[in-house]
Amino acid sequence: MHGLTNRAIQCFVTDRYGLEKWAECARLADIGFSDFESMLIYEDGQTTQILEAASAVLNRPKFELMEDLGTYLVSHPNTESLRRLLRFGGVTFVEFLHSLDELPDRARLAVSDLELPELELRDQAATQFSLSCKSPISGAGHVFIGILRTMADDYGALVTLYHLGSSQGVETISISLIVSEYSEGRHFDLGARL
Amino acid sequence: MTDILNVICPMHLVLNKTGHIVHVGPTLEKIRAKSKWVGKRFLEVFVLKRPRSISCAKELHYIAFAKLHLNLRDTPRTKLKGVLVPGPVADHLIVNLSFGISVVDAVREYGLTNTDFAPTDLTIEMLYLVEAKSAAMEASRKLNLRLQGAMIAAEEQAFTDTLTGLKNRRAFDYIMERQIVSGHGFALMQIDLAFFKAVNDSLGHAAGDHVLQTVSQIMIEEIRETDTVARLGGDEFAILFPGVSDAAVLTSIGQRIISELEMPIHFQDKVCQVSASIGSVFNLMDSSSTAKQLFENADIALYASKRMGRAQQTFSPKT
Repeated sequence: MHGLTNRAIQCFVTDRYGLEKWAECARLADIGFSDFESMLIYEDGQTTQILEAASAVLNRPKFELMEDLGTYLVSHPNTESLRRLLRFGGVTFVEFLHSLDELPDRARLAVSDLELPELELRDQAATQFSLSCKSPISGAGHVFIGILRTMADDYGALVTLYHLGSSQGVETISISLIVSEYSEGRHFDLGARL
Repeated sequence: MTDILNVICPMHLVLNKTGHIVHVGPTLEKIRAKSKWVGKRFLEVFVLKRPRSISCAKELHYIAFAKLHLNLRDTPRTKLKGVLVPGPVADHLIVNLSFGISVVDAVREYGLTNTDFAPTDLTIEMLYLVEAKSAAMEASRKLNLRLQGAMIAAEEQAFTDTLTGLKNRRAFDYIMERQIVSGHGFALMQIDLAFFKAVNDSLGHAAGDHVLQTVSQIMIEEIRETDTVARLGGDEFAILFPGVSDAAVLTSIGQRIISELEMPIHFQDKVCQVSASIGSVFNLMDSSSTAKQLFENADIALYASKRMGRAQQTFSPKT
């Protein structure tokens, strides 16, 4: 798993729960070091180990924690650049949903060895979608629920999201758009300097 | 017609045969919200940088289909790229413009959004890439800084002189300190090369480095495995002989080293010639001397040798 993914987990635990909790997670996961480097590649198993350790240390169910991780990724000031990159996907929430198919390709343009989960959006009706998510890390769909819920707020859309379970490594999320312009949402300045 | 152009090229202008602007695309309108371009002459609003030959409206059709470089006449003088083609309406010209490479600044300057660009325009993708690459670059830069820090730390902790492969000053101090603490007697020999600077200055640093490596090899060959030779820095070396308290033994080792390193050293097609001065001190068993005192005494002996001319050895009277 790419260092960026592991580093994201580390920053999430550190920013939300503090350095000491992270140190505890790293010890419990027995990965042999305490800091992930964002530009190095690690064994997939280490990512799972660290997630399970975090679940134990923070005393929270793993999938719930992964959903929080998704929320963190697109709402914390430290990860503002990620929210911005996702907002480039479209002007409305539906356009953003449609851009998810090409998210792994977009990521590869920026960092050629970054493998994101394979995503596929299906339109079932004008306001009903499903997103399938294939990843070597079990529970990746829950991270996307957190991301989608927060991005909907960002666009000012009101949605309901359900994790429909997983089969053969593919997790499916149901997305119902209730109101597309429910609130103002957050401003997106195309030319902002970070 | 203009409805279609507004969608597929929102940065277009329509000119009439006198070169006056008759229509402005929505994105261009946005970048000069306050000025009314319609009715003005094209060359009044824009400065044509390339091709330069155009001075009046009649000549505009000469530059049809060519790539145009222009900028706005009033500030901010945003640079633009464009192309001019005869329009479907007789005597009308259509000019399509783009920000070219200055797009990042233009988007900031004019507060443009996704909808200001045609859906097929790759500007949004380009802006995405600029941000994504900058973020990735920043992450790489941080990694490089950390690796550099780790490398410097590792070098500081190293015990080896990278040029000669001998122990370095740090290692030598450490080994000598251990000898002092354990109370064993030993001899400390300091060796300074003579004429080394001349080799470096006249034949270059590569030749100098080769001399240092050759000299190091000579010293290693002349000592026992239990002795330690180090390069203290520059052309200064030191050897620690555990258990040696006999001046005659040390003198003969010193003489062998000096006569070996006085032999011509060949480097490429050049010949390097150096010599050395030696100052030694004995540290007797259970002596109370510190490493600093021993080095000072060895130094005094070394300078006495240097004063006597090259290839001399002196023993410190102190022990």
